[in-house]
Amino acid sequence: MAADTLFRRITDYAHRADPYPLYAELREAGVVRQEDGSYLVGTYHEIAALLHDPRISSDRRNRAVPDETAAGEQGVPPSFIGLDDPEHHRLRRLAMRSFGPPHTPGRIDAMEGEITRIVKDLIAGFEGKKRIDIVDDFAYPLPVTVICRLLGVPTEDEPRFRLWSDTIVAGFDPTPGEDPAERQRAGSEARKAMGLYLGELAEKRRNRPSDDMLSAFINNEGPDGRLTQLEIMTTAVLLLIAGHETTVNLITNGILTLLRHPDELDRLRSEPPLMPKAVEELLRYEPPVQMLPQRTPLADIEVLGVTIPKGAPLILMLASGNRDPQRFRDPDRFDPTREDNQHLGFGSGMHSCFGAPLARMETQLALTALIQHLDKPRLVEDPPPYRRSPVLRGPRHLLIEDDRAGA
Amino acid sequence: MRGEPRDGRIVIVGASLAGLRAAEKLRAEGFAGSLTLVGEEPQPPYDRPPLSKQVLLGKVPAENTGLPQRREVDAEWRLGVRATGLDPFGKRVLLADGEEVSFDRLLIATGTRARPWPNPAEAALDGVFTLRTSDDAGRLAERLDAGPRRVLVIGAGFTGSEIASACRERGLEVTVAERGPAPLVGALGGTLGTLATRLQRAHGVDLRCGVTVTALEGNGRLTGAQFSDGTRIDADVAVVALGAVRNTEWLAESGLAAGPRGVTCDAGCRAFDMYGIVTDDIFAAGDVARFPHPLFEYQLLSLEHWGNAVAQAEVAAHNMVNPGPRRRPHLTVPAFWSSQFGLNIKSVGVPTFSDQVVIAQGSLKDARLVAVYGYRGRVTAAVSVNQAKWLEYYQRLIETAAPFPPAPGAADRPESLVPVPSDVPDPKMLSHGPTVALTGHLPDRRLTVVQPAR
Ligand SMILES: Cc1cc2nc3c(=O)[nH]c(=O)nc-3n(C[C@H](O)[C@H](O)[C@H](O)COP(=O)(O)OP(=O)(O)OC[C@H]3O[C@@H](n4cnc5c(N)ncnc54)[C@H](O)[C@@H]3O)c2cc1C
Ligand code: HEM
Repeated sequence: MAADTLFRRITDYAHRADPYPLYAELREAGVVRQEDGSYLVGTYHEIAALLHDPRISSDRRNRAVPDETAAGEQGVPPSFIGLDDPEHHRLRRLAMRSFGPPHTPGRIDAMEGEITRIVKDLIAGFEGKKRIDIVDDFAYPLPVTVICRLLGVPTEDEPRFRLWSDTIVAGFDPTPGEDPAERQRAGSEARKAMGLYLGELAEKRRNRPSDDMLSAFINNEGPDGRLTQLEIMTTAVLLLIAGHETTVNLITNGILTLLRHPDELDRLRSEPPLMPKAVEELLRYEPPVQMLPQRTPLADIEVLGVTIPKGAPLILMLASGNRDPQRFRDPDRFDPTREDNQHLGFGSGMHSCFGAPLARMETQLALTALIQHLDKPRLVEDPPPYRRSPVLRGPRHLLIEDDRAGA
Repeated sequence: MRGEPRDGRIVIVGASLAGLRAAEKLRAEGFAGSLTLVGEEPQPPYDRPPLSKQVLLGKVPAENTGLPQRREVDAEWRLGVRATGLDPFGKRVLLADGEEVSFDRLLIATGTRARPWPNPAEAALDGVFTLRTSDDAGRLAERLDAGPRRVLVIGAGFTGSEIASACRERGLEVTVAERGPAPLVGALGGTLGTLATRLQRAHGVDLRCGVTVTALEGNGRLTGAQFSDGTRIDADVAVVALGAVRNTEWLAESGLAAGPRGVTCDAGCRAFDMYGIVTDDIFAAGDVARFPHPLFEYQLLSLEHWGNAVAQAEVAAHNMVNPGPRRRPHLTVPAFWSSQFGLNIKSVGVPTFSDQVVIAQGSLKDARLVAVYGYRGRVTAAVSVNQAKWLEYYQRLIETAAPFPPAPGAADRPESLVPVPSDVPDPKMLSHGPTVALTGHLPDRRLTVVQPAR
């Protein structure tokens, strides 16, 4: 089929369960221009190079044809995932100040006990059920609870921000062909509402510091200054969404993949120290963030002999790079002991995932505990029903039956 | 069997970073013969970069910088004994304790040592230090703990600057004496030298450039120092940071091309003999090696970089146990890092191999930038300050011999993009050979190609 319809086919919901053959087609085709003037890149080395290229912007306002998500005058400015240096650098550093080294080195490690406890409670909640939904009963509540604790957001408000979060994610859905303006507008509205909500929570902590990041955002003043009111809002929204919509898919994809590879499941069960590597392999094999749809070149850039014009939408297919045989031997094989596994699951370069240490720890603890608990788990449905988004891809539900599920 | 590459006897002399990584790689590649490591230092391999950083700050004890072993290495370790000679005919390494070890293949990884203070009597004063080994670092850290009134650092290269930074972080008074016009100028040129000057002064260093120390004073104990401009200071600690001397004396009678600039080898890490004929059973890697690099017009490079020691050791080990057609060139682009005065400096390529430099992103004012170096119109090096994530892109420009100055369009770019002379000690006048670029990503597919003239 014509390469200029690849993006349409990749984003088509019919291919959500298995987009990988399309990615192979993309790698074969090289850099391909789509009918709508956007460009797709799916080969590992080219993606990695572009992610380090300072001429590639993450700020959609640099598009020749800006869209609604680029935030017009009435909208909220982008958070740092959608900004370039130096603004990106300044905001990321200020946010990192209360999240990780060098200023807060112990934050993530200190959460290990708490995450273990949440995992245990969730597993205890299987009690009395023979059939469980890995998503609703386990993989979703875990990261949500964790990111809420971390930011200082009451978990009771979850139904409110789940709705906002869903709307925001739908707003970023780059599926072509449908008129996106309405979705994008709704997404901006939801971002604003969530920002106001989080801004208010932060405000309550002014001068009454507690041990969470919202408190640190509003009270801490470092040598590089501090976040403004508006920046606190956009940064907190970014963290809440990033903490919400990604780890759930890694855990769910993890269980799904292990159930499809029972030998590997048994092996991990008897050798828990293999889990960290297995999680890296999951990030390669079934990455929760399949693509980065928001890049734009700031100059004409040549990639594999194709000139991508300044201002054109540039879409980097991380999940395709992760299966590139030019980088990974036997790329379609799930191999939890894979060496030299520099996958693109957390991106790379300037914007590489800020929350990676947390996501890794959550997923390692969650999968270890879950496979130890389950006895002979069976997939009720394979493939399971998927969420709509082609970007943040993962099952909407993952039903399993297990004799011990609720034991 | 003897002739089989995966069998026989391999001896590695120098049991530090390059020696250890080579040993691991030999076993990982399936070398099944006997393996002996000879090392002068008594302790197992340890890491040197922390010695001028965390150790001097008192954050890590000197004896806690042991290198993690990436795999169990089945080898005989002969530590605490120096190699004194190499008999190329009998294929034996002679040891200081009178014993000898025979080899079929040999890896020379004896690195460097600190250049001593030229006046032995002054060097022997209590309070005068050099910094290369963990013992050196332990003793110096102990002396800094005691709260000296003033520390004199002689030489403002990377090690000297890091020592001065650690002293200031401890709140100690520091004088830095540098013969050149600025700190780091020998490695990074004038533009970043100016930045380093500003930062050292802002951090309260008494920085004296364009002077030399003419005498260290004291009677048993160091009390002060005199400078070439006629001034003097009181100081109770002096750290001599005048660079490194290559440990090649033990090879004097070996017939190899070994001298003060290192052991010359080919791109496959095979040592040359004194006639320029390449040997096939003696290899060199790490700080002691001197090798041609196609990206830098085949100039012989001697690097004192952690990353080079690891990469070169791995190539040497691979080539020691693989037959000709499977051998690999050592094509890694040189890279190193340093942390000092709150700055994280990273370099790729060879900044001294340049005639011009431009601040490609960021600014000197914010001390957050990438400086890109060019030589005759192509990119040869890049140095980042507090912005290491930017560097990988410029590494690719170096590898592909991209035109200098770099193409426009980068984010966070200063208004003016005017290259200025890089003001580094001139690279040797070179003939204008064809430009070479690197291609390929996997170690066994890495190749050089000739770039057509632009
Ligand atoms: C204080 C300090 C800070 C540094 N910081 C950085 C940094 O920030 N970044 C960076 O990239 N690099 C840094 N380096 C450089 C880096 O440590 C070296 O590049 C690296 O140690 C080289 O490893 P090597 O194994 O080749 O040599 P070495 O580490 O010098 O090891 C050689 C070994 O051989 C032994 N030996 C010598 N002669 C004989 C003999 N005749 N017989 C037996 N054994 C012998 C020596 O005792 C030594 O143990 C630093 C170095 C120092 C000293
Ligand atoms: C398995 C879980 C996760 C995956 C797969 C993932 C993946 C990614 C990817 C691919 C990027 C790069 C985006 C880009 O380049 O445009 C990214 C950025 C980011 N992630 Fe994650 N992420 C995960 C979990 C988290 C968590 C738990 C947090 C928060 C605590 C988080 C916070 C962020 C932030 C703030 C950025 C933007 C960084 C920047 O722009 O500098 N992520 N993530």
